[in-house]
Amino acid sequence: MINFQYSCASDVTEAIGLLAAHSGAKLIAGGTNLIDLMKESVEKPTRLIDISRLPLRQIEETGDGGLHIGALVPNSDLAYHPLIEERYPLLASAILAGASAQLRNMASVGGNLMQRTRCAYFYDTATPCNKRTPGSGCSAVDGLNRNHAILGTSAFCIATNPSDMSVALAALDAVVHIAGPSGERTMGMREFHRLPGDTPHVDTNLERSEIITAIELPPRGFAGNYSYLKIRDRVSYAFAIVSVAAALEFDGHAIRKARLALGGVAHKPWCSVEAEAALQGQPATTDHFARAADLLLQGARTYAHNGFKVELARRAVMRTLTQAANASPQSQAHKKIA
Amino acid sequence: MTDSTNQIPDRIRLSFVVNGTKRTLDLVPWTTLLDALRDHLGLTGTKKGCDHGQCGACTVLVDGRRINSCLTLAVMKDGAEITTVEGLAQDGTLHPLQQAFIDHDAFQCGYCTPGQLCSAAGLLSEGRAKDADEIRELMSGNLCRCGAYPNIVAAIQQTMSWP
Repeated sequence: MINFQYSCASDVTEAIGLLAAHSGAKLIAGGTNLIDLMKESVEKPTRLIDISRLPLRQIEETGDGGLHIGALVPNSDLAYHPLIEERYPLLASAILAGASAQLRNMASVGGNLMQRTRCAYFYDTATPCNKRTPGSGCSAVDGLNRNHAILGTSAFCIATNPSDMSVALAALDAVVHIAGPSGERTMGMREFHRLPGDTPHVDTNLERSEIITAIELPPRGFAGNYSYLKIRDRVSYAFAIVSVAAALEFDGHAIRKARLALGGVAHKPWCSVEAEAALQGQPATTDHFARAADLLLQGARTYAHNGFKVELARRAVMRTLTQAANASPQSQAHKKIA
Repeated sequence: MTDSTNQIPDRIRLSFVVNGTKRTLDLVPWTTLLDALRDHLGLTGTKKGCDHGQCGACTVLVDGRRINSCLTLAVMKDGAEITTVEGLAQDGTLHPLQQAFIDHDAFQCGYCTPGQLCSAAGLLSEGRAKDADEIRELMSGNLCRCGAYPNIVAAIQQTMSWP
């Protein structure tokens, strides 16, 4: 483990001030990803600012029927919160598909958004990695890239975002609340994470001295027709090869509203308004699901070892949409895929 | 302002209650809760397996919730109540989970067992597991390289129907 200085922030303003004052500082909340990366010398903050005691642990209803979730709510508390189980079961399901019970007890909502890729080359300090050391090169492009991205990649980076929760938040069109030196602002979940481009060391559109204070869920929760399907190498406690969040709302037999997001295939949760629009007004049939899957996967580019992901993702999208349409969401405990 | 990496930070005084006893330590900030328990308090029941949050051998209960102590900084748990495997038995009587692990032969080498026991204790108080599939899913953060999983599940099931 690297050495560092430690400060404990007593309010959000102090946390922002400490971040702005110390260029090598990082925030720590649950620490599940950051401590691990510090043990590997991938992250080397000179100071940790402990924000775990800030009063950001409330889940409250908003005036318009949505929910305001404090950034420090532990993942498990969010997944098991009665209002989330009842109104946003897609989010609960995605959270419970990720990590382990212990890690979910530790990990915060804000930290989940900030977790870094699990690309093995990012972790291996003996290999080049543009995300870890800008300009050093990408070992994955011509390396072992079975788990890597197929959408939105660049010559500089083909890493994936590892979060399950973020995939559901993108599908639900959640909003991130942010505080910084120049005040507060909000950002849509679909805009929060970046594509790698030529600066893959920057994962998100959060500025350096900013802090996530909350996530806001809009009123529409798709509690009737949803599913989160995660395909991985073992049935629990593994990162996604491909995951799908699907949510539908019906007007009789026609789809009134559709939401789709893919995990494990890009540098961010992958969404396509064209794919969602293509389902609107249509009946829930295999043909329309296939068309949506094709639109969602448009522009996919594969590498030496991950060509299978395109067809896997296509079938997973169709399967998840079918589960959502049938109101038979994927169980995260009983593993049979319905 | 940049923090100098050569400057050794002061040790930080912190206190937590471990297995019912208040303990006060002066630690450098990068000491994990796992190392604090094992190296500074001599509580070596909690095991260091992978040290990266992937195996669950270091699981302890902090304020009643199971967590990975290897990914937790001790300074961030100042004031907390911690239960390790050494604190599960009460007044010389094994915790029902410990007895059930013996009854079902739920271990071979035993290295993962302290983490399995603390994790199972957390699982019981969470109250979310109702059948064997749910036990398996909610215990997936604890690996057993001997492969005693069927007996671990049986032991937990026995404890769930404990009177």
